[in-house]
Amino acid sequence: MTKSTVKKEAIRDAMNDSSKAGFAQAAIDELGWWRAHKFLFLRRLSQLSVLTLFAIGPWFGLWLLKGNLSSSELLGTVPLSDPLVTLQVLMTGHIPELTLILGALFITVFYVIAGGRVFCSWVCPVNLVTDSASWLRRKLNLPRLGEMPRNLRYYLLGLVIVLPLLTGITVWEWVNPVPILYRAVLFGAGSGLWILLAIFLLDLFISERGWCGHLCPTGAMFALFGKLSPVKVSAVNAKACDNCMDCFDVCPESQVLKPALKGKQMMITDSDCTQCGRCIDVCAQRVFQYQNRIALKAENNQ
Amino acid sequence: MSKVKHSKFNPQDVNRRQFLASTAKAGCVVGLVGLGITATATQSRQLDPLAIRPPGALGEDDFLSACVRCGLCVEACPYDTLKLARWFDGAATGTPYFTARSIPCEMCEDIPCVKVCPSGSLDHGLEDIEKAKMGIAVLIDEKNCLNFKGLRCDVCYRVCPLIDDAITLERQHNQRSDHHAMFLPTVNSDTCTGCGKCEHVCVLEESAIRVLPAHIALGKTAEHDTYINTEETTLEMLNKGLSL
Repeated sequence: MTKSTVKKEAIRDAMNDSSKAGFAQAAIDELGWWRAHKFLFLRRLSQLSVLTLFAIGPWFGLWLLKGNLSSSELLGTVPLSDPLVTLQVLMTGHIPELTLILGALFITVFYVIAGGRVFCSWVCPVNLVTDSASWLRRKLNLPRLGEMPRNLRYYLLGLVIVLPLLTGITVWEWVNPVPILYRAVLFGAGSGLWILLAIFLLDLFISERGWCGHLCPTGAMFALFGKLSPVKVSAVNAKACDNCMDCFDVCPESQVLKPALKGKQMMITDSDCTQCGRCIDVCAQRVFQYQNRIALKAENNQ
Repeated sequence: MSKVKHSKFNPQDVNRRQFLASTAKAGCVVGLVGLGITATATQSRQLDPLAIRPPGALGEDDFLSACVRCGLCVEACPYDTLKLARWFDGAATGTPYFTARSIPCEMCEDIPCVKVCPSGSLDHGLEDIEKAKMGIAVLIDEKNCLNFKGLRCDVCYRVCPLIDDAITLERQHNQRSDHHAMFLPTVNSDTCTGCGKCEHVCVLEESAIRVLPAHIALGKTAEHDTYINTEETTLEMLNKGLSL
């Protein structure tokens, strides 16, 4: 017990030190501002590009992607749809058009290959909201209150899938914040944004990374998809780690870091990792980098 | 080897008591959340009687099972008729609807909104837009309708895409002047598609004719009634007595 409290205090001290000097100052000094924010910038670019591709349709009449993240049509031909909403529709007992099922298959295959929660950090618009809450939380040095269990999201995922069976309607789609944000931008349906405000306040004041890291069933589903994906973040240079705790501070799923830094396996194989690359950014020691485990295996076999 | 085994079955991980306690807790939380969002959804699923679903829409219950709220139908509509419901809007949030008084359905022959629907909540079996059943027009206020005052407004009749079929003018003696005729707009509920053009153009400040959902607009004969198909009931059948 005493051992762990000492450890926690050390961690807290380390965190306080870093916040006094400005977050990730070491990385910025060492690598320059640009390289210390590279993947953050690329992710924002990716998130906003996807949103823009959808928005230029209703805004300017340029139809590359029609619909929204629930279901869409790429260039008027390729159907894409959210596997979770498709599953909910199937669970109500309704047999949808083939396009919906095909679309869900395309998206599933894409994220099984690209890495499941890549969706969360590179596409999902809610990430903008929860990242800003997390940034503000760090700036204001807000205290951590109780921690929810991380696996609550898997229970919620089960709930979201079972509810249509019990009620006959796709209950989750009333409150699902992902399409609500998209509909607000694309169709001006701003009155659902109270849900995103609620998520922002939850993340800011009540539970650090409460939504994306503990509750979101969509994220839970993508995490399950990501079990087998080839590209992962890896602590290739774990020996150089100087325990500055910057990566723990910025990581939305900080529990995935410890095994990679302190364990035997350098690669972060936990599928809760969103592969956002912020740990790569903020590390002055360049501990982390993306690695393709299939290519790596092939290399090792040679 | 023994080390691996040790870490796999670490007694500090979870014991039976912790497992049962955390499962019970999670069960309670999930149950409460489930009740919460189900209540929210059922509370706000009520469709406003003036919110009309797009052509080919399944019955409201089935529609809410099927619709994924992607907005493809809204984007396909060339006349900006369809809207996606917002929260507090009178239709389940994110689902498509239109308000006839603002923009009615123009009844496109190729029905682009149905074609593009990925979920089948708009039934792809609908190939002839004139067979659509978005609702039924009802002349709801005879007191203020100009034709019922003996005038020849006729606007709802003239604008009907199925003129002389879905809306007819029925001639009647004008009791007020005693020597004029009245031409009463009359909706044929069998052929009315519910496009809402009549409601849209009604010259009154508040429309005297309104498109209502079929379940509000139509009565229904009891299943056991002999005269369900009055058109097929012959005099002979009636004379013979009620044996079917």
